Amino acid sequence: MLGKTAGGLYWMARYLERSENNARLIDAGFRIALTRSNTAAAEWRSVLVTAGQDYYFRQAHGDDYTSQRVVDFMLRDPTNPSSIMSVIKQARDNARTARTYLTREAWEAVNTSWMTLGALLKRQVREDDLPDVLAAIRQQSGLVRGAFAGTMLRNDGYNFSRLGTFLERADNTARILDVKYYLLLPSVAHIGTSIDNVQWETILRSVSAHRAYHWLYGTEISALKIAEFLILYKQMPRSLAFCCDKMNDNLDWLARAYGEETEAVRLAASICNERLSRPIASIFDGGLHEFITDFLRANAALARQIERDYRFVE
Amino acid sequence: MLRGKGWRISFFDEMTGRGGEVRSPYREYSDWFGREDVARIQRKAQQAEAFFRTTGITFNVYGQDEADERLIPFDVVPRIISASEWRRLSRGIEQRVRALNAFLYDIYHRQEILRAGRVPTELISRNEAFLPMMMGMDPPGGIYTHISGIDIVRTGPDEFYVLEDNARTPSGVSYMLENRETMLQMFPELFAKISVREVSDYPLNLLKSLSACAPPACGGTPTVAVLTPGIHNSAYFEHSFLADQMGAELVEGHDLRVVDGRVAMRTTQGHTPIDVLYRRVDDDFLDPLNFRPDSMLGVPGIWDVYRAGGITIANAPGTGIADDKALYSYMPDIIEFYTGEKALLPNVPTWRCGEPEHLREVLDRLPELVVKEVHGSGGYGMLVGPAASKKAIAAFRAKLEANPRNYIAQPTLSLSTVPIFTRAGLAPRHVDLRPFVLMSPQGIRITPGGLTRVAMSKGSLVVNSSQGGGTKDTWVLED
Repeated sequence: MLGKTAGGLYWMARYLERSENNARLIDAGFRIALTRSNTAAAEWRSVLVTAGQDYYFRQAHGDDYTSQRVVDFMLRDPTNPSSIMSVIKQARDNARTARTYLTREAWEAVNTSWMTLGALLKRQVREDDLPDVLAAIRQQSGLVRGAFAGTMLRNDGYNFSRLGTFLERADNTARILDVKYYLLLPSVAHIGTSIDNVQWETILRSVSAHRAYHWLYGTEISALKIAEFLILYKQMPRSLAFCCDKMNDNLDWLARAYGEETEAVRLAASICNERLSRPIASIFDGGLHEFITDFLRANAALARQIERDYRFVE
Repeated sequence: MLRGKGWRISFFDEMTGRGGEVRSPYREYSDWFGREDVARIQRKAQQAEAFFRTTGITFNVYGQDEADERLIPFDVVPRIISASEWRRLSRGIEQRVRALNAFLYDIYHRQEILRAGRVPTELISRNEAFLPMMMGMDPPGGIYTHISGIDIVRTGPDEFYVLEDNARTPSGVSYMLENRETMLQMFPELFAKISVREVSDYPLNLLKSLSACAPPACGGTPTVAVLTPGIHNSAYFEHSFLADQMGAELVEGHDLRVVDGRVAMRTTQGHTPIDVLYRRVDDDFLDPLNFRPDSMLGVPGIWDVYRAGGITIANAPGTGIADDKALYSYMPDIIEFYTGEKALLPNVPTWRCGEPEHLREVLDRLPELVVKEVHGSGGYGMLVGPAASKKAIAAFRAKLEANPRNYIAQPTLSLSTVPIFTRAGLAPRHVDLRPFVLMSPQGIRITPGGLTRVAMSKGSLVVNSSQGGGTKDTWVLED
C-alpha cells in the first residue's frame, strides 16, 4: 500500500482516539469544577496541560480559566488545533486521503461523526447540555470503532490504524500521569494512606476506569495501586502495558507480512521489555516522574520511527 | 428550433412529447408514478439527500469555506431512453470517438487533415492544448482518448445533436454510478418491474480498458493508479471512488518519483512501478521539469519515462485540443475524413466568430444566440442571448468585438425537457446527456445511458453543476 495511505489511516486513528480522550478529560474536569469551585481554575489548567492545549489557550484567553471558556475552547474553537471539532475534521481529512482503504461502512462512520458533531458543536454548548454532548462524542467514536472492527480487512492498513490508536492512547495515559504524578508521590512514603478522594477519581475518570479499578482492587485506594493499574495492568485497555503490547502485535504483524524487521519493531519491543516489565515498586524507586518522562520520549521516538520506516512521507 | 425573430419556442418533453400522451419508454414508469403516494416519494427524495451526504458525494466550490461542501441536487425521476434510441446514439458516439482518436493520431504525426486543407492549420498551432512534444510520439496501443464524454442534447423525437466533446478529463461518471445506486436503494420495486440496462460494470470495464493499454515496459498484470490533485480538488470524491472501485491506488504527485526509468509510487515497502496512470490533472501540471515548473501536482521526469515507453498516461497528453469549441465546428469534416462516412450524429450549427462573415451575422442576431468561449467550460463566460438583459448583451458585444477569435456562437436550442419531482408534482426541466466512452485496442465500450444533467430552475437552459444544475439517473431500457 502507499506510504501516504498508511499514514492517512494511522493519523485518522490517532485523531479519533484524541477526540475521545479529550472528551473524557473535559468530562473529568467538569465534574471536579462543579464540586470544587475554589480549585476549579487550577483543575482546568491541568486538564489543558494534559491535553497539550494550554499554550494555545493562553494565547487566546490569557489565564481566564473558567469552565465556560475552557470547555468551549476544548470543544469547538477553530484556532485550537486540538479542539474536538478540529481533531474530528483532521480525522476525516485523513480518512478521505485513505478512502480507498476504508470500507464503505468505516468511511461513513467517520463522515457521519464529522457531520453529527459539526451540528452539535455549531453553537456554544450550554452547561446543562454538556453531559449529553460528551456522551454523543463517545457514542460516535464507538460507532466508528464498531464499523472498523466489523468490516475492515485485517491487512496492513488495519494494522497501521491500530498502531495510531494505541500510540495516541499510550501518549494520553502517560500525559495524565505526567500532570498528576505529584498527587501520587507524597503517599508513597506512607503506603496505604488514601489520597484525596476527588483527585483520584478524576484520574480514573480521565481513563474511564473508576469502576474497573474498584472491581479489581475493591475499596482500597492507594497511589501505588493506581499507578500500577494505569502503567502495568495488562487487562486495562488504556494502560501503558496494554497499549504497548498491542503496538508490538501490530508491528510484528507488519514485520511478518513485509518480511522485514524494522527499527520501529525493535523500539517498540524495547519499550515493552525494558520499561514495562518490572514491578511498580521498582518504577517508584527510580522516580515516577523520570519514568513517565522517559516513556513519553520513547513513545514519541517510536512514532517518528514508524513514519520513517513505513514511508508515510517522502 | 428557432422560429423567426418572434421567439416562439415549443419544447419537446421526453415523457409527454409535445403535450400529448405519455411516450412509450415512459409508460410503465408513468403508470407506477400515478399509483404512488406523492408524500412517500417526497420522503424518499429527502432520504436520497442524506444518502449523498453520508457517502460524501459532495464537491468543494473553489474559494468557498471548505466546511461548505455542496451537494449536486439529485432528482428522483429517471430519464428514460428506449433501446432503439440508444442503439442509434451509441453508433453515432462510437463513430465520433473513433474519429477523434484518429484525428489526434494524425495531428501528432503526419497532419494529413491539415495538408488536405480540411481543418485550418491555425486552429492547431494557436491551440493552447496542442503539445508539440507529442509530435511523433506513439502512445501505447495507439490510444489517445481512453476516456471521453460526448455531450448530447435533444430537441425532438428524432433530433439529437452533439453539443460538446470532452476528451481532456471528462468528469461526472461517479454521479452516474451513485445515482443508480441511490435509485436502487430507494425504489427497488421499479427495477423489478422495468428492465433497465446495468451501469455498475463501468469501473471494471475502465480497469480492463486501461490495462489493455499497458506500456511496453510492463511485464505481467499492469499496475493501474489514479492521479489526483488531492483532497481539496472539487472532483476528489470521483477520483477516490474510481480508484476504490477499480482496486487501484489513488496517488498524488508527491507519492510518485522516477526510479530506474519507471514512474514508481512510494509504498510502505519502497517504490513500486506504475504501468498505467489514469491522471485527473491537466497536461500543464503533469511534469514540472518539462511543463509548468511551479507544478506541485505532477511527477518530475514522467515525460521522459512516457517517451521511453515506461508508462501509459490516460488520457494521452495533448488530447485537450479536441475539446476546443472552434475545432468542434469541423467535427463533421473530421469524421468524414477519417471514417469515410457522414457523421451519424449532427453537430449544432456553429458560427466561428473568428471569420468575418460569421461574426457579422452573430453580432446581428446576438439576442437570440448562445455565445461560448472557445476554451471555456463549466458554463462560465458564456452568453445565453434570450435570457440576458440588454445591458449584459451590450457588454458581451464589446468583449466579442475585441477578441472574436475567442468565441463561437450557436442558435439557442430548444433543449428537450424531462420532468423533475417538485412539491407541486412533476414539472418539466431542460436536460442534456453525457455518455461515457472507453477506448482501448480491444475496442470501444459505451456505458448505456450516461449522466443526465438537469437545469433545476424553471426555464433555465444551463445544466452545469457549477451553475446550480442537478442530475438524474439515466435509464436505457432493455429490448
